[in-house]
Amino acid sequence: MTTPDKETMLNWYRQMVLIRRFEEKCAELYTTGDIGGFLHLYIGQEAIAVAAQSIFRADDNIITAYRDHGVALARGIPTKTVMAEMLGKATGVSKGKGGSMHLADIDRRFWGGWAIVGGHLPLAAGIALADQYSGADRITVAFMGDGSTNIGYFHEALNLAAVWKLPVIWVVENNQYGMGTAVTRASAVSDIVKKAEAYGMPCCQQVLDGADIFEIREQFEMAEAYVRDGEGSYMMEILTYRFRGHSMGDPERYRQQEEVEKKKTEADPIIRLGNYLLEKKLVTQEELDAQAQSAEEEVAEAIEFAKKSPFPAPEELYANVYV
Amino acid sequence: MSTSNQVITYRQAVSDALWEEMERDEKIFIMGEEVGVWGGTYAVTKGFIDQFGEKRVRDTPIAEMAIVGAAVGAAMNGLRPVAEIMTINFAFLALDALVNHAAKAHYMFGGQFKVPLVVRTTTGGGRQLGATHSHAPEPIFAHFPGLYVICPSTPYDAKGLLKAAIRDDNPVLFVEHSTLYQTRGAVPDSDYTVPIGVSDVKREGSDVTLVSYSKMVQISLEAADLLAKEGVSAEVVDLRCLRPLDMKPVIESLKKTNRVVVVEENWPRFGVGAEVAMQIMEQAFDWLDAPVKRVSQEDVPLPYSRDLEQSALPNPAKVVAAVKAIL
Repeated sequence: MTTPDKETMLNWYRQMVLIRRFEEKCAELYTTGDIGGFLHLYIGQEAIAVAAQSIFRADDNIITAYRDHGVALARGIPTKTVMAEMLGKATGVSKGKGGSMHLADIDRRFWGGWAIVGGHLPLAAGIALADQYSGADRITVAFMGDGSTNIGYFHEALNLAAVWKLPVIWVVENNQYGMGTAVTRASAVSDIVKKAEAYGMPCCQQVLDGADIFEIREQFEMAEAYVRDGEGSYMMEILTYRFRGHSMGDPERYRQQEEVEKKKTEADPIIRLGNYLLEKKLVTQEELDAQAQSAEEEVAEAIEFAKKSPFPAPEELYANVYV
Repeated sequence: MSTSNQVITYRQAVSDALWEEMERDEKIFIMGEEVGVWGGTYAVTKGFIDQFGEKRVRDTPIAEMAIVGAAVGAAMNGLRPVAEIMTINFAFLALDALVNHAAKAHYMFGGQFKVPLVVRTTTGGGRQLGATHSHAPEPIFAHFPGLYVICPSTPYDAKGLLKAAIRDDNPVLFVEHSTLYQTRGAVPDSDYTVPIGVSDVKREGSDVTLVSYSKMVQISLEAADLLAKEGVSAEVVDLRCLRPLDMKPVIESLKKTNRVVVVEENWPRFGVGAEVAMQIMEQAFDWLDAPVKRVSQEDVPLPYSRDLEQSALPNPAKVVAAVKAIL
């Protein structure tokens, strides 16, 4: 793997901070009632989406579950249209009809934002099937939480993908809790990646550190080479941690605050990358601060845009039920 | 355009529609349990794998969530899948993929995605298959906006509607009746489609309107023959599609006959009859000379034993009795 240049790494840093600040503001806008419904924050998991974006091609397919803001922003969907969707505005990326859990951008081959646990996994298989069928060399990257690996969809989708050698990288973002139930209480094997063996599917040899963007990128690159060559699917497991609750209404009775605070100091991907860049003397603190400042301004502009945007017109209610 | 007809079975009509569409468009492919080497458990896709190959005729694991889910994904990404769920009894396993993903992908993302998908399946009781393999639950699927539900009763409609479904950009549940496959009817030699969402008068009459779909059209037509012998003229309206539901021919017929009996294979509660009767209330209440009646499957799980099972299903005699009750 070639060592990225300083500008590239600074850009990763900026993207992660952008996601973090975006979601912190979303949490505020949720408490003020500007954002409704459910709100599942990605805070703590940012390195995964940014690492993926740094490896995969713009015409590759990305699909994820309902914790989708980070993946959407990393994919390059304009921050203002994502924020507008959060506020249910007509200018939102899904025209205000999807909301937080249903972001998508067909032009960027970001296929959503799906909110039934595991339901998007066979969709990923089908998206990959269409590319295999038509001879395109695109690959599909399917993100999922640890909780989705216990549902039937997961097993049916991975089995089908293995039987048909579909070009999918199955990426488990193991944030250690499916809602409030710890992996060890919900999954018969706590090394989730071992589930790949049931389908004869190659996988990463060890669980990856979700706070280490370099480690994740390296594994993505290996997986990409395998899948792009038409060998079939590949599975990865990344151990990560969400610093916030499952969703905004989570009382968090299932974990101790000390555990959360420990993770925030030891496993924050933004701090980790910032420290690396400083220790290697590749950047100065001022340069990092400038990136963070720029990201904050982008979020502020997005909020302004979203707040000024109109709500969907009444006639939108019946639009797009059918083609 | 040729106007000559040939008489073929309902099975052949479905099979021909699929074959001709696959010849027309490379993006159309079939996936499902036993559709390939076996040739389809109802022999609809017999010979397809030899003609079109394994790429386009894909045997799947017995995994309905994956069959429908993967078909939705393939449809979103540019293909035109025809997925087969062996029987509608197994479609419950794919209900989430049908209603949460196939039916909503277009709306939920502001119109960005299209799902040009057909899910073919078979329905119906009366074959001693017991409670889990004898459902006729079409109304469940017709409940959801975003999905079309098509239930043809004749070879002509089956072929024309399947072609229309395959060419449509919306997701369609295409429900074939397992006891209609051997029935025969005239079908044009030339390419044709039947528009989705247009009900059809299958027999004209003046005294009562029988509203039905799928196999129940056959039951209604047999009942109309019996009624004719007693001097009662029954009009038979075939809904053909439960969604979109075209009530216009029903209302027009009602204005002529002033009496309606709905003949449905589903259970009576929350079924086709309930919906049709409610729409009549909303659109043509003043034209009714008698309450709307329904002939349904008895409100029990279907038993195995032959005569007991048959006693639970609609038949011409039950339809005649229902008509007489409102004349």
